[in-house]
Amino acid sequence: MKPLFVKILWLVASLTGASQAFAQANLEINTPGIAAIQSSMQKRHAELAPLYGSGAVGLTRDGNVALRDAAAVPLPQRAAVNALIAAENQDRAALYREIARANNRPEWEGEIRNTFGQRWIDRAQPGWYVQNAGGAWIKK
Amino acid sequence: MTALAKNRRVLLGVLTGAALMSAGCVTINIYFPAAAAEKAADRIIDEVWQLKGGVPSSPPSPSSPSSPSSPAPKSDKPAAK
Repeated sequence: MKPLFVKILWLVASLTGASQAFAQANLEINTPGIAAIQSSMQKRHAELAPLYGSGAVGLTRDGNVALRDAAAVPLPQRAAVNALIAAENQDRAALYREIARANNRPEWEGEIRNTFGQRWIDRAQPGWYVQNAGGAWIKK
Repeated sequence: MTALAKNRRVLLGVLTGAALMSAGCVTINIYFPAAAAEKAADRIIDEVWQLKGGVPSSPPSPSSPSSPSSPAPKSDKPAAK
């Protein structure tokens, strides 16, 4: 009688414990992958910051960066700037995917991207261009 | 015999309860934790844009760092005119 109850209790505990451990999300998790992407983005920011400042590049609603005003970039540098934007967006996509994956919730990637998109825009410096809800560029 | 059957029924009930409980936990936690996501985003943005803790040139007044004429005396509060 007693051993049976102990067994049942153990079963209940392990079942609930396991499911909770599986379901527990820690979005502030830091994996080596996330840290690597972060430092790559941090280095790139030194090159991107002047482009944000000049309005050549803006922050989009969906958590990316985009060429806003090509005329603000001298012709010889345009290819380099486009490459910079592509590399940044690749890192950002990888970052959102990696955070979702580290939480065992790959389906959260889109919501993580939206959250980041909002926060990049909210925290953009005055003078930078960001997209509003309708997708139009506005100067902060 | 009947006692054994009763035990079985109790066992079944407990197992069903456990299964429901764990299913409930999963269902509750499946919602996207928006507040935690914002915190996580802010932490990463701080580091990528180096907004905190790095090399702040002038932490007290980030609004106008290029005004050399007003460096100090803001201790005077206009309390008594």
